[in-house]
Amino acid sequence: MTHAAQIQPTFEAWRAKARELLRHGVSPENVDWVDASQTASLLTEEPTEYQIAPNASVKVPAEFLRLAANVCAHTDERRFAILYRLLHRLTLGGEKHLLGMPSDRDVHQCNMWAKAVSRDIHKMHAFVRFRLVGVNEQNGREQFVAWFEPEYRITRLAAPFFEKRFAGMEWSILTPDECASWDGEKLSFMPGMSRHDAPAADAHDDLWRTYYRSIFNPARLKVQAMQSEMPMKYWKNLPEAEIIHDLIASSEKRVRTMIATPERPVKPALDNAYLKSLRQKPQKS
Amino acid sequence: MHCSVELMELTRKLEILADAAKYDASCASSGAARKDSRDGKGIGSTGGMGICHSYTPDGRCVSLLKVLLTNACLYDCHYCINRRSSNVQRARFTPEEVVQLTLDFYKRNYIEGLFLSSGIVRSADYTMEQVIEVARQLREVHHFRGYIHLKTIPEASQALIDKAGRYADRISINIELPSQQSLDRLAPEKNLTNTKQAMHGIRERIDENLAAKKESRQIVNRPRVKAPVFATGQSTQMIVGADDSSDALVLHRADELYRDCRLRRVYYSGFSPIPEPSVLLPIKPPPLVREHRLYQADWLLRFYGFDVGELLPKEDPNLDLDLDPKLAWALRNRAVFPVDINRASQELLWRIPGLGTVNVARILAARRWSRLTLADLQRMRVNLKKVQPFIIAADHRPRIALLESPNLRQHFLPGPRQLELNFTAPPPTTPADAAMALSGQI
Ligand code: SF4
Repeated sequence: MTHAAQIQPTFEAWRAKARELLRHGVSPENVDWVDASQTASLLTEEPTEYQIAPNASVKVPAEFLRLAANVCAHTDERRFAILYRLLHRLTLGGEKHLLGMPSDRDVHQCNMWAKAVSRDIHKMHAFVRFRLVGVNEQNGREQFVAWFEPEYRITRLAAPFFEKRFAGMEWSILTPDECASWDGEKLSFMPGMSRHDAPAADAHDDLWRTYYRSIFNPARLKVQAMQSEMPMKYWKNLPEAEIIHDLIASSEKRVRTMIATPERPVKPALDNAYLKSLRQKPQKS
Repeated sequence: MHCSVELMELTRKLEILADAAKYDASCASSGAARKDSRDGKGIGSTGGMGICHSYTPDGRCVSLLKVLLTNACLYDCHYCINRRSSNVQRARFTPEEVVQLTLDFYKRNYIEGLFLSSGIVRSADYTMEQVIEVARQLREVHHFRGYIHLKTIPEASQALIDKAGRYADRISINIELPSQQSLDRLAPEKNLTNTKQAMHGIRERIDENLAAKKESRQIVNRPRVKAPVFATGQSTQMIVGADDSSDALVLHRADELYRDCRLRRVYYSGFSPIPEPSVLLPIKPPPLVREHRLYQADWLLRFYGFDVGELLPKEDPNLDLDLDPKLAWALRNRAVFPVDINRASQELLWRIPGLGTVNVARILAARRWSRLTLADLQRMRVNLKKVQPFIIAADHRPRIALLESPNLRQHFLPGPRQLELNFTAPPPTTPADAAMALSGQI
């Protein structure tokens, strides 16, 4: 018989359901995974009847759990089913070494998803931009808010990094799916919000753009290299991205001016005691 | 908040002093000891891979606030925009200004930390003290746990270099050019022996610190002895194309530094045209691809078990700009191939053009359970066109005729694209190329 597994699209929900199914020995082809957040009418889920009585809990390698956490954050609708099939093969199917075989189809697929998700997490760590909104009057801690649009549902996976790094501030990161917030003591999560709930700019954005403009070397334009690491989909929330087009457009002219500048003659050394000492004993003993 | 005049002045300084620092390529922020701010004091964390918080249109990663404390300088290094002969506008930050900028940028998640360097004013020791003061304030006053990279001056006293190392995650001294002869011509105040000595000094401190850390971990029952803290790594930069040193000379120097001073990284920085050019410099920059090939060769030295001599035989002291150095080596050493991917040792697998260490590890893991085919390699995203002539797989043997053919080189040459990469016509880089250029990974 087919089991309808209707779950919220989170790792925790998938794990609880998968554990239950596995304990009853349900094979992967008999499960129909449904993302409860995507279905319009919330079917009241009927208590599933299992044909096999539960057996003792099954162990899986920690490596699998790490993989599963990332895969669940992906948005491909096949992810829960394939992940369950992988779990089933690893445990009841007796294919203990499966994860060591990157060329296996299921392993490969899950690795690809996990990789895409971990790239997205990495980009979130990099591209979140906090904006100062105030100071907590009781303890003097600065308060910051950021708006970010990740590709996958990664807020929970990405948040611990910000906790470690910015523990001395108070901050919130708002995303369309889920928001994370740190009050100086604990991390909490709230439902998604909209871009308008976050401040649009920070007084330091201008200084940051000044820095970005000055550190760019117009003599070595490599636009594609930039874009492959910082895809355009992230630009709308990066303050520095506003000036990219101008920087590219003006670079050729800047380089021509540099090359056309007449060379400077060499200036003699100043009358400086330290420079003289360098010339007297050219090597430290 | 800054009042507007102050802000304008700060903006002006930032413009000049960031511009002055941009020619230093060594801006990685990885490899620091793990630390974070969960004790509620201050901010910041490091450990593991550094993060690139942005990319500029030159394809470079923006990871650290990279500035000079001042761009005034007594020295006259001809490749440098800050040399005393240059007419560039000069500016100078106070230590407090750099501290505040670092904290403000860090809290907004623009950066991983600070990379501070300075033109030499008054004397090496005086300059070093100023640089150290910034790091001291960040660490001691603001409990900043982010990344700090300090550039040190080889002529500064050992005591000051030690002090810098206590605040910084990484310290570096630029070797600049691979021989004293080139230095004499282009950086007359700089001295190779001094630089190497200072690097040795730093290496000793790093080693001592590691040993002390190990020891303090072994003492279990005594109250925790706090290990002395010192930077976890040092790196250096060499400028390529400003003098006529061959790639062999550059890489032999790099190899010597990796061995003797145990550097984390040597950065190769293709000399790039600067405003305020010097009469002593070539007008034309070296092709960008030379820098890229040097990084690839450097990677082969450090992680793939190659020697400089293998990559650059005496009769051929410069890297082939058209082919990656491993492929060029394979073409000179065809007798080694074909290699059976289902049997060969790790060392031999590393030598197959187109196979990186990551894929070699995957192959070693996967072949314990099955015999690998070309389809398996394809799933690992191996470039089949590149590896096929060199390998034996469960379902593949290469055409020996091709492997022995004098045209094999032709087989790998890129299409008729412009090989002299220049700034007016950016080359059609693929994302894969770009990733390689950044990591040096082959
Ligand atoms: S010492 Fe040489 S390289 Fe360093 S800032 Fe001065 S002139 Fe430039």
